[in-house]
Amino acid sequence: MTTDVEKFGTRNWGMIADLDKCTGCQACVLACQAENNIPINTQDRVERARSISWIRVERYWEGDFPDTKARFIPIMCQHCENAPCEPVCPVYASYHNSEGLNVQVYNRCVGTRYCANACPYIVRFFNYWDPVWPESLRNHLNPDVTIRSRGIMEKCSFCIQRINRTSRKAKSEGRELEDGEIQTACSAACGTHGIVFGDLNDPESRVSKLKNHKRAFTLLEQFGTDPNVIYLAKIDPNKKGSEEGHH
Amino acid sequence: MQQKRNLTQEYTNKVLLNGTLETPKWWAPTVAGLGFVVLIGVIIIATMVNRGLGLTGLSRPVYWGLFITTFVFWVGISHAGIMISAILRLTQAEWRRPVTRAAELLTVCSLFTALVFPLIHAGRPWRIAYWILPYDISRGIYPNIRSPLIMDPVAISTYLTGSTLFLYIALLPDLGVLRDRTTGWKNAFYTLLALGWKGNPRQWQMQTIGGILLSALMLPIFVSVHSIVSWDFAVASAVEGWHSTIFAPYFVIGAVHSGVSAVVTMMALMRWMWKWDDFIRPEHFDALARLLIVVATGWLACTFLELTFALYGQDAPEIALREMQIFQWPWNLLFIIFFVTGYLIPVPIWCVKKYRNNIAIMFWTSILVNVGMWLERFLIIVPGLARRTPFVFTWEAYRPSPVEWAIMIWSFAWVSLLMLLFSRFFPLVPLFEQKESQVFTDDIQIGRAKVPAIVREVE
Repeated sequence: MTTDVEKFGTRNWGMIADLDKCTGCQACVLACQAENNIPINTQDRVERARSISWIRVERYWEGDFPDTKARFIPIMCQHCENAPCEPVCPVYASYHNSEGLNVQVYNRCVGTRYCANACPYIVRFFNYWDPVWPESLRNHLNPDVTIRSRGIMEKCSFCIQRINRTSRKAKSEGRELEDGEIQTACSAACGTHGIVFGDLNDPESRVSKLKNHKRAFTLLEQFGTDPNVIYLAKIDPNKKGSEEGHH
Repeated sequence: MQQKRNLTQEYTNKVLLNGTLETPKWWAPTVAGLGFVVLIGVIIIATMVNRGLGLTGLSRPVYWGLFITTFVFWVGISHAGIMISAILRLTQAEWRRPVTRAAELLTVCSLFTALVFPLIHAGRPWRIAYWILPYDISRGIYPNIRSPLIMDPVAISTYLTGSTLFLYIALLPDLGVLRDRTTGWKNAFYTLLALGWKGNPRQWQMQTIGGILLSALMLPIFVSVHSIVSWDFAVASAVEGWHSTIFAPYFVIGAVHSGVSAVVTMMALMRWMWKWDDFIRPEHFDALARLLIVVATGWLACTFLELTFALYGQDAPEIALREMQIFQWPWNLLFIIFFVTGYLIPVPIWCVKKYRNNIAIMFWTSILVNVGMWLERFLIIVPGLARRTPFVFTWEAYRPSPVEWAIMIWSFAWVSLLMLLFSRFFPLVPLFEQKESQVFTDDIQIGRAKVPAIVREVE
């Protein structure tokens, strides 16, 4: 009946990050590094601002001493519906797939880094060097995730390998995917269940319900990127009526 | 009107071919020196391609730096060719004649050099074949024509093809002259290149029509090449300082500013190195300086327009970027140097006729302009990326690495080397244009009066 499904696919993966639940523990960062074969960020790479971390937790201080509060915000690829990185890539290495994901095709990438310049969230990473792991970690690499060579871009994929694995499993068992069945590494690792992953096209999913929450907002709305990552603002008990917790 | 000079055709041939039929004493050492620099540069480039872009000073989020700046700089320089040889040809400015070939040659050499930068700047240069040549079309994956990076090679290769043809067509009559004055393998070389040029009226007609047609056909390229280069930046909607609608005309007029200045530099060098005082005369510098005053002022207007557009919206991040670009260390120092060398010093000097006719002054002011224009591109590209984004955890400065500086120096040596090699085999000042202008200024007898053969331009 609806051509939208044919055109855009049945799913539209999205994520809710509840800043009120974020404790800044960085478990999501660690889980992401382990899941997605992200190279070790050595001191040299961090110092030269070439470290790779698909999700990062930024910490901001709010208020003056002694009423200082730490505010945390996890930032990963926002999987924008109108992604600025997509039209600028000359080889379609950065493109939008039918499930609402902003996908990076490593084999196509020639490393112009144009997408990274266009991205306002600065969540795209360039491999300035070949990735390195200590010998002890070599057998811990995830076989489902491509290791990115030198000279190409990479970024958060919403753990596309988990999406595919779980979808395949559901299909082979002849059933529909359940909401919450797919967990990204970060959402699985979040100790306070602050990161929720799901299908925004399913009106009954948790993400669909949370995205209309009154605390919901998206990052850098002024650019009109229409992100699929939606944040829930921090609740400040001292401020009645104002729930703008983000910086 | 052109100053009347009595230069015989023999004299013209003898002097203008002094770098081609004979070898000037300084030629071999200069070429050897430049060749050495170029060789080192090539080794550094090869090392960088082999080892990776980690050797540069680039980081996150400053993903583009010195290479892209130098790329834009050389594309800008290449605009000299069209400006001098096409626009001035179509507007019949007589003084362009001795300059045309040098300008066209500069276009070809600088474009050739500019093309190198996007290639070596990519993370995987060996995959560029996939990018410029759409070999994957059979699998339905065509390159993304929405990306300015696809339009860049299209525009630049069109421009390079057109300019090379233009240079070659204008070279034909001189190739005939050289063929008739050489022996041995050189004769065979020129015979092959001259395509049977005899100088009969039909050939002259075709050569002239070809030149005029190419001039007119290349005018749209003139506008489009640097417009497309400017869109590399202007389409990045989220980058303050890049996303500006003024960029296309701003870049084009800036390119003419730097390109024509580079021609002035080159003319001074030609006059000094080959001693062509009779052919490259102060009046030519005078005319170019007057052209430059107009171009530079138009470019200055665009610079102010860019700032006006940026500030008009009163968008806080945009204002913050401009504040950083103009007032914060170290950008403020670069900005002052850019503004002073790009406009404030050269233009008032050019306004004085005595200085316009002084070749040394013209030489140094034209160098200053290109220092300023290089900084202009740097000040657009790098502060835009190093801007204070809302996410402070990604703030990063940029310091070019020695590898980047070395490759930039390589590009200057490479362009100079290409042009010096050209000068050894082909005359840098078109002989036939020179003779034609001589004929035009010759007096002819009409009744009892002697009048110039043709009056086309008032000096």
